[in-house]
Parts: sequence; structure tokens; C-alpha cells
Amino acid sequence: MPELNLTSAPAHLRHGSNIGQPLTRRDGVLKVTGQATYAADNHPPGMLFAVIAAASIAHGRVTSLDVAAAKRHPGVVDVMTPDHKPPLAIDPEIKTNPFVFRMEALQSSEVRYANQPIAVVIAETLEAATEGAALLAPRYEAQPPLIGLDAGESFVPPVVGVGNPTENHRGDVEAGLVSAETQIDATYETPPQYHNAMEPHAVVAHWDGDKLSVDMPTQGLKLSLARIAELFGIAHDKIHIRSPFLGGGFGSKGLMGGPPVLGIMAAKLVGRPVKLVLRREQMYGPVGHRAPTRQRLRIGADGEGRLTALDHHARTVSSTFDDFYEPAADASHTLYAAPAIRTSHDAVRVNTGTPLFMRAPGEATGSIALESAIDEIAWTCGIDPLAFRLKNYAEVEPITGKPFSSKALRACYDQGAARFGWAKRPLQPRQMRDDAGLLVGWGMGTATFPALMFQAEARAAIRRDGSGVMEIGAHDMGQGAWTALAQIAADAVGLDIGRVAFKAGTSDLPDAGIAGGSAHTATAGAAIHSAGAAVIAKLADLATNDERSPLFGAGNAGVIARDGRLIRRDDESRGESYAEILARAGVAEVEARGTGAPNPAAMEEYAMHAHGAVFAEVKVDPELSQVRVTRMVGAFAAGRIVNPRMVQSQLFGGMIWGLSFALHEEAVTDRRSGRIMNANLGEYHVPVNADVPPLDVITVEEHDPHVNALGIKGVGEIGITGSAGAVANAVWHATGVRVRKFPIRMEELLV
Amino acid sequence: MKPFDYVRPATVSDAVAAAAQSGAVYLAAGTNLLDLMKGGVSRPDRLVDVTHLDGLDGIERLADGSLRIGALVSNADLAHDADFARSYPAVAEALLSGASAQLRNAATVGGNLLQRTRCAYFYDTASRCNKREAGSGCDARGGENRTHAVLGWSDSCIATHPSDFCVPLVALDAIVEIEGRGGRREIALDELHRLPGDTPERESVLEPGDLIVAVRLPPAAREFAPHARYLKVRERTSYAFAVVSAAAALRIENGKIAEARLALGGVAAKPWRARAAEDVLKGVAPTADAFQEAAWRALTDAKPSGDNAFKIELARRIVVRALTLAAAGTPARLSALPASPFASTSGAIHA
Ligand SMILES: Cc1cc2nc3c(=O)[nH]c(=O)nc-3n(C[C@H](O)[C@H](O)[C@H](O)COP(=O)(O)OP(=O)(O)OC[C@H]3O[C@@H](n4cnc5c(N)ncnc54)[C@H](O)[C@@H]3O)c2cc1C
Ligand code: SF4
Repeated sequence: MPELNLTSAPAHLRHGSNIGQPLTRRDGVLKVTGQATYAADNHPPGMLFAVIAAASIAHGRVTSLDVAAAKRHPGVVDVMTPDHKPPLAIDPEIKTNPFVFRMEALQSSEVRYANQPIAVVIAETLEAATEGAALLAPRYEAQPPLIGLDAGESFVPPVVGVGNPTENHRGDVEAGLVSAETQIDATYETPPQYHNAMEPHAVVAHWDGDKLSVDMPTQGLKLSLARIAELFGIAHDKIHIRSPFLGGGFGSKGLMGGPPVLGIMAAKLVGRPVKLVLRREQMYGPVGHRAPTRQRLRIGADGEGRLTALDHHARTVSSTFDDFYEPAADASHTLYAAPAIRTSHDAVRVNTGTPLFMRAPGEATGSIALESAIDEIAWTCGIDPLAFRLKNYAEVEPITGKPFSSKALRACYDQGAARFGWAKRPLQPRQMRDDAGLLVGWGMGTATFPALMFQAEARAAIRRDGSGVMEIGAHDMGQGAWTALAQIAADAVGLDIGRVAFKAGTSDLPDAGIAGGSAHTATAGAAIHSAGAAVIAKLADLATNDERSPLFGAGNAGVIARDGRLIRRDDESRGESYAEILARAGVAEVEARGTGAPNPAAMEEYAMHAHGAVFAEVKVDPELSQVRVTRMVGAFAAGRIVNPRMVQSQLFGGMIWGLSFALHEEAVTDRRSGRIMNANLGEYHVPVNADVPPLDVITVEEHDPHVNALGIKGVGEIGITGSAGAVANAVWHATGVRVRKFPIRMEELLV
Repeated sequence: MKPFDYVRPATVSDAVAAAAQSGAVYLAAGTNLLDLMKGGVSRPDRLVDVTHLDGLDGIERLADGSLRIGALVSNADLAHDADFARSYPAVAEALLSGASAQLRNAATVGGNLLQRTRCAYFYDTASRCNKREAGSGCDARGGENRTHAVLGWSDSCIATHPSDFCVPLVALDAIVEIEGRGGRREIALDELHRLPGDTPERESVLEPGDLIVAVRLPPAAREFAPHARYLKVRERTSYAFAVVSAAAALRIENGKIAEARLALGGVAAKPWRARAAEDVLKGVAPTADAFQEAAWRALTDAKPSGDNAFKIELARRIVVRALTLAAAGTPARLSALPASPFASTSGAIHA
């Protein structure tokens, strides 16, 4: 693949520049002209195709594979099985750190879930490998699978999510419930969901002696690199991963799963480059999913509609062999000012691939239950749902009592409600009809997502010709990192964006951390910002210490970098260009590194979250029970908006996913076999264009001096939260029927 | 994929001869067949590609007023033929409510009639399915079956036929022209698909080698044009199969229903003509009561085959609605959301 050159996008294809400008995607032209090379687009010479044979049972053991039949098939080169595979340096079951996802790398004949890889067929063509996999005709010794939220004895996991405590409480919930004037006690269920990124998981692996090059979409280049290094027992510097573009990740490409490892093993086995791409149905198993939940909410309120207690318990599942627990109840920590709050989780183990983060893990599942429950208690109190939320507005974070680093949620409520026309909403359900007689309902939900920071590093340089370089192994999952991070880079080094060579997406660049937790722009952006500041400081040192410079004696703090020049803060007419400074100093380039990291002191002091308010209108056919969302307004406050266009797209995407959560998405699991019966995009429904109304996104101004140097909070996940509940609440308002099992199905509304 | 022979016969008779051998199947646009082959559900030895046969892609008005649609006409071309859409609006609406624009551009008339069920257990080769493998059992029974059949099912199979197109066609007494080893013959569309009984693997009355060459709408079919609708309830606004659908066509004379046609989709292994309901409506005024009565008649024999009792009630309601809409008159323009309960909602740009 030729080196990516995103600096050459012609100026007329761009609008504006740098932070705050709605720049169009710098990789857009590459994408629409098919020049963006996704992992599976690579075809090194001599490449073979590998196809996974997946288990059709959910629990048991493979007793035989007809390897001979597969090998006889023309074009089949080899069949990798537990008995015939290159050795790994460590057992893939060993968790060397919490970010290790236990995987199947053919280490045994055991089957732990349906669609688990049990063999890999390698062939000259994709067709031959596919048929070879079918010819393996596995036989099994099957055992009854564990399925569903009541599969067995429940237990309390040690932690939920990534290291969150399983239980939290503040105040006396039972006393709060006893003292309440009104109470609700409601149980909600959310189904298993699968990421279904447009681009399936794919790997092209190429060994050259002990060197390995890997094309693979990943949300964590360095995490993947470290995992490959330990599994194959090779040094980090022998591995090169390229992941310039991801066709979506949503969390499923965050931790290294089994399939890419199998592709690398296959390449080793046959001594040729190998490509392995998952079929759509094979993504329903080994690469993570959103676990189902059953959530019980008990809420009390006093005679004025003020919360007295909020108790949120979530039951979820994990696999039989690894631990990931959807932290659904944690959604109740931040939003509503109840004097007593308790959140808790328990879990059962089932025969499923291990669940994983999926866009807003915990927040999405928890939010739809919490926002439905708040709607229910508001109705019980006879109070408008927005008024109720305002009455219980949290001025400090309820679970910790900490002040917020910033919180413009009130403005979100105000602006969103005004745009939507919420004031005209009748309190009673089933009051509104349109001209065609369809029931109309309005619902709302509050959105929230933590403002996280991870660790990242960046390298910046200013070159002799006055241009800049910014290097960071960041990940563009489609969200626009190539653009937004380059904007931050341009501002960091005081250059027009076209003058900065921005490099990202490969493992030889500085570690950008994981692109997850809505923290990538903030974390990578902070590293870029600090690398830029550091390189400019070096440049300023050269100038301000040199008598020949008009900046002599100004001191580092006395100069500003702007448009490729350093100028005196006290007299902007005095300055010189980067090129002049470097030429005079006889230096080819100056470089510096910078890091982005959470600030523990600020985190100790403040609660940091993005917020939003989503308003939805649905129409429901009163007899036929078909539901359609007809309007949605979302107002979000998420700190500094680096690129309003990309941010709007992220929020659109999130709101659509919320709609999908409420009305469409569900992996249908056969209750006897544990197989997923709709593992394809035809039957695993996500909204189509006709389901998505015009969306209205408002970004509310918010300045946050505490979250990070740039005041960025992240917008990748918040859009789902609030939206799912808003749609569900609108369905209730339209019909008067409260459905507590998601997605809302037409049969529940047939009254 | 299993290797197979691919033949592209030059004439209809060559096609019939090539397809009469065991293991051979016709390939039209392949939007259904190729999916089934990729999933290992169909494993043919030979594909007989009919898409290059001459003379099967026309829409002809015949002297007697009937219309003959070649088996290779695409679903989209047929629906967008202005004369066709005017004369048989419910059929055009049904076509446009199916699948997606891309699929409709490719899919053929013949392929649509003979598309296979969407029963998930039929698609899942690890499940037992009498239709895929005779005598193996039916995992849909007792499984995830909320969208399965409520009419005409048997203990051996509870699958439905998924076509939208077939529903108004069967209501309008469409005729299927078939070329087979014994020459040309024709049958009513209502007789093309078989109910499962003990042999769900036999889905139609076609014999090996039988090629559908055309579908004919008899002269009387166009008389319903002023009062003909198709309505489809599905799990999203577009690009989803019917949970239940209905085609209703009325001939109204002097305020009375001179003749009614009614068929249901998504309820049985074939497009379900509701003749008993039609009889109830003959000669009466098009009132809500009459439509209710017709709906009850249409579903008299319905029974749930699993977690799908709601489909019976839904089917009754959709019958009433489709008849009501038909009585109100065919709209001058087809909605941007064809056959949707939201058809009248403004703001939709396309489905
Ligand atoms: C994702 C998806 C969604 C869909 N949604 C809908 C929907 O909402 N409503 C709907 O009605 N349909 C829907 N469809 C189905 C679609 O209408 C059919 O796939 C299509 O009509 C089949 O036509 P084809 O020409 O591609 O047939 P093919 O796939 O080529 O053939 C289908 C079958 O018919 C046989 N055959 C084809 N032509 C002839 C002939 N002339 N004589 C004898 N046998 C023949 C073939 O042997 C094969 O068995 C959907 C399909 C997909 C993939
Ligand atoms: S319902 Fe019919 S198609 Fe479905 S599994 Fe049973 S036999 Fe097969």
C-alpha cells in the first residue's frame, strides 16, 4: 500500500481549518474512489485464503473432522486443527493482563459456544477453502448448553465493565423506599446484540522469516501488537501492523480475538501470506457482543416528585470461560439526585462467546431501563417527564457527591425541548393522533457518558522547509480521526493543516492507546497537543536564545506560534518563520514527544461526564401496531467540539443506534441449541433509511477546564444513551402500553 | 462453495432438457438461490442460467385484454411500468414493498414466485428441517417461531412463503405458464405452491425441468384497478419480509361490492386466497361491519403453530384495513412507503 498522504487533499475539497472548523473528511475522497485500503483489500503475492470452520453446537466436544475429505478438494492446501497447527508461545487462555480476551486458537477440541472456530482450511481460492470447511463435516459429542438469563445459579462477579465495583451505594435505599409517597418496581430486559460493523474482522498475515506483517482492523494497535508478540513469542519490533481504516469497530475490534490469531497461525503453518475474513455469521460468536440484561429498578419519590431512593440491579451473563460483565446498573450513578442510591449486579454463565464492550457498554443497556423507569415514576407522580428530571437535577454527582467538572445538561434540556416543542406535550398517554389517525407519542431521555482519558504518546517535528510532522498510532474507525486529530495537530504546531504531515494507523508510530470509551480524540488529542507544544518550545528556544533573531530575549512564554511563524506576544509585528529559525540554526528538524493521560488530581476532585437530552416522536398504527419514529432532537454538551461535522455524524449514529436498540436489534437465540438464528444482516434488523427520521442535533456550548488540556469530552457513545429510552417512552406515550422487554415488538402493542 | 456445472442454454427447450436431470436447478437473478448455495442450504450439481433466453422479458397486452408478463422481467421494471402500475396497482405496490431497490432491480418474476421460505431453521444447516432434508424433523416447532404459519401448516412444517408479489397475483387469479418436458401447460397460481402436509420438501407442483415462462393476468383483473391495495406489516418500515400482509381488490357497483378479492401473505406456505371472505362481501355495501365479518371468515381455520397467536389477530386487522383502504379507492400516486401503514405519513423520502 502506498504511504497514505492525506495532506494533499486539494484545498477546494476542504472547508475551514483546524479546531472548531467543520472540515470534511480528509480521507473521504480516498474512500469514495475506492482507494482507501481496508485490511481485506491487501493481496500480497502468493497469498492463500483461510476459512474458519465454526462449531454448530454450543457446548461439547469435536470428536472428528474429515480432514482427508477437505484436503482432497481441489485447491485446498492445508487444514489447521488442534492436532496440526504451529505452536503458540503461551497458552491463549492465560490472562497476562486484564485486556486479554480469552480466545480459541485451536488449543483443544472443546466447544464452548456456537460459531466457535474449530478448524481452519487454507486454500488457493476462497471458494475452495469454503468448500473444504464444509467437507470437514464435524462430529460432536454434544452436551446440553446453558442458555439465557436463568441458565444457572447466579453469582456476584468481582468487578463489572473494566474494573468497576459490582456494587455501589450511598444513603439508605430501603429507608428511602419506605418513606416514599409513590414507588415503582419494574423489571426490564435487553437482548443480546452484536456489533455488526460493516467491515467484518479480517486479517492478512505475512511472515518473512521471524518478521511478521499484519493488515488488520484494530481499535488498539499497541494492545494487539503486544498480544501477538506474546502469543507468537516474538519481539515487538519484529511485528508491523497496519490499520489505516476500520469499517467500524464499535468495541469488537478493541481486544485481539481468536480469528486474526488463527490467520497469523495459518500463514505460519503454510509459509505463505494468508488472508482470513470472517463471514457475517461467524461474527456472532468469537469477537464479542453486548450481553443481555434483566434489570430491576425500584424508585421512590416524595409527594413533591423528589426522588427518595433509586435501586438498580442488573442481571447479565458472561461466557463459561471468561469474564466480561455489562455494567448496566452503573448508569444510575450520575443522573438523578436521589439521596439514596444502590446499584448492584449479578450474573450467570452461559454457552456464548464472551461478551465485550459494544458502543456504550453498560450505559446503553442501563440507560434504556433507567430512562424508562424515570418516565414511569414521573407518570406515577403525575409530573411531566422533563419537569420531573429538572426537579431531580443532580448538581453534584449523586453516587460520589463530587462536583461536576462541567455540566451543561440544563441547557441541553432547554434547547432540546424548545426545538422539539415539548411544552405542548399532553401528560396523559394516547392523546395525540395525526391526520391519518395514527397514534402519536412524545418521549424523552437523558443522555450521559463518562469523559474518560487513557494514555497516549505523540511525536511532533518541524522540518527545515517550515512544514510539520505529527505521528501517532491513532485509529480511524470511520469517526474521522484522520481529520479531527490532524486539526488538533495543525493547531498544536501553529501551521495550516495542509502543511502538517499527519501519520496514524500503524503500529510503528507512538502508542495512541485504545480507540474506545469515547476517549480517543481527547487522549490522542492531548498527546498531540503536548507534543506540538514541546516542539514549538524547542523551536522557540532556538530563536529566543539567538541574538540574530527578532525574538531574542522574548522567552518561551513570550512567543506565539501562528501560521508557520513565531511571533512576539507583546509585539505581533515582530517574528520570523519556522524555516528561517531552522535555517539560521543549521538544524534539519526539531522534534519532540508529548503524552496524553488522565489527571488523577482532577479526577479525584471532579466527576467528569458528557450529557445530553433526547426527544423523540413516534407514530404507531393503533390497530396494526407498527411503530415508526418520525422526529428526533438531541442536544448534547460534550466539552470542546473539535470538528462539528464529525461530531454531528457521531451523534446521528448514536441516536440511530438508540432507535435501533428500542425497536429493532436482537440476536434471536434458539432456546434449545443456543445457536443464533438470525446471524445475518437480512434478519438481524437495524434501522434502514425509511426508519430514520430527519434528526436534529444541537451541540450545546460547554467549557471544561478540568477534563484535559483541550477540554474535550468525547461523543462516540453518548448518542445511544437517552435516545433508546426516549423512543421507548414515546411508544408508551403514543399507546399507553408500557413495554419493558426490548426491542419493542408489535405483539406487545396489540391490544 | 461446492463446484457445479454452469450451463447457459440458447433455447427454452434446451433449458428444459438441461434442467430435467437430477441435481439441476434454474438460475435466474440468483438473489435467493446464490444465498442458499453460499449457506450450503442448496447444493446443486448444475445451474441452468435462464437469464439469456430470448422472449421471456416482455410485458405484453394480449388481444383478449389479459396481460402476459415474461418470467425474466425484473421486479423493478414491472412495478415501474406505468401501464402495469395503473392497471394492477396492488401488484405494483406489493412489488415495491418487497426487499430493497437493488434486489428488486435484479430479481425476476419467475424467481420471485419460486423463492424459498425464510424459516431460519431452513437456512441453518445445523438444524433439522423436513423441507431441506425430508424426514429429518422440524426444529421450528418449539423453537423461535413467532413469524411462522397460522394457516395450512402441518406437523411436519410450519414455514411460510415469503413473496409479496404473489399475494395480489393470487387474488387476481393469475395464471402461470409452464414449459416442461411434455410441452407447454398452464395452471392457476393458486395451484402452484403446495401446502406442506407430509411432504414439505415438495413446495410446488412443478416437475423436474419445468420452467415458468410467464405469468398471465386474466382480463377481469384490471377491473379492480380503482379499488385495489396491498398492505404489509413488517418489523421495520422497509427491507423486511411481511409478518402478515393482505391484498384486497373490490369491484364496486352502485355502492355495493359486486366482487371482492382477498389474499393474505406471510401466513401460510402459499399465498393464501381467502375465498370464504370474498363470498361474504359479494353484493353487500362496503361497510366496517362487512369487513369485520370478512376478516373473521378469512381466519376461521387459523391456529397458532408456536408463539405466533398474535398473527391471527393481526391478520384479521390487516384484512379489515386493506379492505377499507381498497374501498376508499386506489390513490393516484403510489406512496413513498409502498404498502406501509405509514404510507400516508408525510416526510418519507423513499423506502
Ligand atoms: C435480503 C432480502 C430481502 C428480501 N425481502 C423480500 C421481501 O420483502 N418480499 C419479497 O417478496 N421478497 C423478498 N426477497 C426475495 C426476493 O424477492 C427473491 O430473492 C427474488 O424475487 C428471487 O428472484 P431471482 O430472480 O433472484 O431468483 P433466483 O434466486 O435466481 O431463483 C429463485 C428460485 O426460483 C427458481 N427459478 C427462478 N426462475 C425460474 C423460472 N423461470 N422457472 C422455474 N424456476 C425458476 C430457481 O431455481 C430458484 O429455486 C428478499 C431477498 C433478500 C435477499
Ligand atoms: S418449518 Fe418447515 S422450513 Fe422451517 S424447519 Fe420446519 S420443516 Fe424446515
